[in-house]
Amino acid sequence: MFVLVEMVDTVRIPPWQFERKLNDSIAEELNKKLANKVVYNVGLCICLFDITKLEDAYVFPGDGASHTKVHFRYVVFHPFLDEILIGKIKGCSPEGVHVSLGFFDDILIPPESLQQPAKFDEAEQVWVWEYETEEGAHDLYMDTGEEIRFRVVDESFVDTSPTGPSSAEATSSSEELPKKEAPYTLVGSISEPGLGLLSWWTS
Amino acid sequence: MEVKDANSALLSNYEVFQLLTDLKEQRKESGKNKHSSGQQNLNTITYETLKYISKTPCRHQSPEIVREFLTAMKSHKLTKAEKLQLLNHRPMTAVEIQLLQMVEESEERLTEEQIEALLHTVTSILPAGPEAEPKRNPDAATGDDEDAA
Repeated sequence: MFVLVEMVDTVRIPPWQFERKLNDSIAEELNKKLANKVVYNVGLCICLFDITKLEDAYVFPGDGASHTKVHFRYVVFHPFLDEILIGKIKGCSPEGVHVSLGFFDDILIPPESLQQPAKFDEAEQVWVWEYETEEGAHDLYMDTGEEIRFRVVDESFVDTSPTGPSSAEATSSSEELPKKEAPYTLVGSISEPGLGLLSWWTS
Repeated sequence: MEVKDANSALLSNYEVFQLLTDLKEQRKESGKNKHSSGQQNLNTITYETLKYISKTPCRHQSPEIVREFLTAMKSHKLTKAEKLQLLNHRPMTAVEIQLLQMVEESEERLTEEQIEALLHTVTSILPAGPEAEPKRNPDAATGDDEDAA
């Protein structure tokens, strides 16, 4: 689920923090910059693991702060393909089942990856697995708050960096509500034996 | 900022759990959170991740248990990713183990008895989560079938 990512960055320490130990200031700055943020094509950054190398700190003319090039390792949430994860159902919609891990919310299980046959109950806005046995069909509901085991089948990174002003002229300002796109989304699947709500498989 | 290696090492949930608990202790000791506005993101993500990992069986592990588990696993010839998943999930049934197999032909790779042996190693070495049924150690789990709170 978690990987270690080696990164290099230049950290700026303002002069009023010079009395603190350099390592502590740098660790704090790196966490401030990266914790709980998604790095494109890398994953969701959790926290600093360690600092591997500190290069010389420079002070540039016009700026009293010191700039240090830091090599460090960061703990990043980046599940590999086909990994099994356990999450909680956040809700259901016609697009599929939304699952959340607490610290990461943008996981979707599309209708075709649910245990077949499945149907969407409009009245209760919930997906149902119609499980057939010899005795008849059981309707297994996928309720909100239930723990669900799923397999990661796909991930997608969207570059959400701001675009330039030229694109704003095409659309009128009233429709300019920017669609908030999640920078990192996972697509899951539960169409295998053992996957789905934990309560379905505990005997 | 430059990413030198996006996949330098895999971390088990237990390692992340330990790292975050140590971080929390350190931050509590350092007293006043004068940087609370800037550290809010770190606080949020550590709290949520710690909450998530605490509900998994990883919280009862220790470095010795992990080492013991890995030496016991050597005989089964599993890939790194499979061993990591076994460590993180602690499967209790054969179905779960089949799920965690990365190779397509999982039925051919592991026979029934190998799966049984694997299950036995997993349940005997790795400590159970709070909601597990007590199989061998009646004092390990508090109750049976209570939903993880």
